[in-house]
Amino acid sequence: MNAALIIIFAFLLFSLYLGLQARRGKDMNLEQWTVGGRGFGTIFVFLLMAGEIYTTFTFLGGSGWAYGKGGPTFYIIAYGCLAYVLSYWMLPKVWKYAKEHRLMSQSDFFARKYDSPMLGVLVALVGVVALIPYLVLQLKGLGIIVSEASYGTISPTAAIWIGVLAVTIYVMISGIHGSAWTAVVKDIMILVVAVFLGIYLPFHYYGGIQPMFEAVEQAKPGFLALPDKGMSASWFISTVLLTALGFYMWPHTFGSIYSAKSANVFRKNAIILPIYQLVLLFVFFVGFTAILQVPGLEGSDADLALLKLSIQTFDPWVVGVIGAAGLLTAMVPGSMILMSASTLLVKNVYQVFVPSATDEQVAKLAKYLVPVIALVSLYFTFRGGDTIVALLLMGYSLVTQLFPAFVLSLQKQNFVTKQGAFAGILAGVATVAYITLSDSSVGTLFPSLPQVVQDLNVGIVALIVNTAVTITVSLIPFRSVRADAEKRVV
Amino acid sequence: MKSIRWLMVLPFLGMLGGIPFVNRVEPYVLGMPFLLFWLVAWVIVTSVIMAIVYRFDPAVKEDEQA
Repeated sequence: MNAALIIIFAFLLFSLYLGLQARRGKDMNLEQWTVGGRGFGTIFVFLLMAGEIYTTFTFLGGSGWAYGKGGPTFYIIAYGCLAYVLSYWMLPKVWKYAKEHRLMSQSDFFARKYDSPMLGVLVALVGVVALIPYLVLQLKGLGIIVSEASYGTISPTAAIWIGVLAVTIYVMISGIHGSAWTAVVKDIMILVVAVFLGIYLPFHYYGGIQPMFEAVEQAKPGFLALPDKGMSASWFISTVLLTALGFYMWPHTFGSIYSAKSANVFRKNAIILPIYQLVLLFVFFVGFTAILQVPGLEGSDADLALLKLSIQTFDPWVVGVIGAAGLLTAMVPGSMILMSASTLLVKNVYQVFVPSATDEQVAKLAKYLVPVIALVSLYFTFRGGDTIVALLLMGYSLVTQLFPAFVLSLQKQNFVTKQGAFAGILAGVATVAYITLSDSSVGTLFPSLPQVVQDLNVGIVALIVNTAVTITVSLIPFRSVRADAEKRVV
Repeated sequence: MKSIRWLMVLPFLGMLGGIPFVNRVEPYVLGMPFLLFWLVAWVIVTSVIMAIVYRFDPAVKEDEQA
């Protein structure tokens, strides 16, 4: 047992304890379990929302992108910031509607707004199909972090099992209260670790942040800006817009909106969160420092940049703290995903087909579904292969397809019908699937267009198809056709 | 004064509209390549804008009383 391992385990046990004690004094019905009884103040909501940005993907992927792709990485800072601006306007509306109608899940929102449980089923299924690969990604990250940080003494497989076990236990018992409490530890850890690494490493190796950037620029001219082709300025702008729109469409993020106790919680958070996510800057600094210090990491190995550089630089106990922070970045979003997925499946799929189920049965079933979903994710983590990679690429684009039907439903007079919303989401999802599986880009679909257009994020195509179908189908007067037919029969 | 919310368009215009013009490494500002500095500066401006909107948005007061 080395120092790193002891520290990682200590943090695991501590967060498990926090997760379990969070239940105290609460009667765990579905409303308490999944939306915290709508009683969370600014800080908890802040941490839950911030938790969506600091996942293993940003921790490993943020530094990995900086290492492997350079300038295009900066899009991560831009989209979060703009998503928070949108949140000021959108989230209070969602929260009020959810409170008024006692909604529990994202799918409830669509089902209620469009008065269509079947639309709810579709939204729930799209959500779950996007969530499971996202959970798999977190688990794979967890495995990498813990096994690297333990200097190989724990295999990724063992690390993943232990992590999943801990998350499953506290989610089943404490629900979102557990996530909120572990998020406190996680955010303090990640803040300390990221700022420390992002400042220490460039100073240690180059004597400062600017000298570090200058050395990278000298070795790879232009690497710190956007290229002229591919991930160019038009790619950047379109990707930032798309991801900002999709940001709150993740079922677990949408669901955490309901946990707030007032609408002003979101407005206050919209002031602080943009600045707060600048912590990511330090994660980027680490990735850029690694370029010349741990060269030669190709492809997905680039994601190891932060860990490799840390292991090369620090004593085992520091590596242990980094590993513990990494573990928590997987556990908090992981717990939110497990909870959202099981709530969606039970409340918005099962209960639609078995309407006789009581609220108590639904709450119980949702909890028992957690280990089932955990096992399914473990299966994909260990033997997913190419399917899961394809689903991963699709995840963000899939949830973004919920945006048109969502945003149009916020109008006072919504002209979109349930048929329109249903058809639009289906068309969008089908387009995403086609684009991903055929590996298309705007360039391959429309090769004669100018480069600026060719570099646009291909997700735009699916969103345009989706919006066009939503509007067109909404203009078809289904109801009146049926009413006319009935009249004639009479 | 609900029109104060129109200020929220600025981060979109500034942060993204500027990209084609600021897509370069030099000059370094505060140790950062120019493109990165531009984005970071806009993140901070965005926070300030949101604070101004929050201060003057009548909806905030309405929800406080509710």
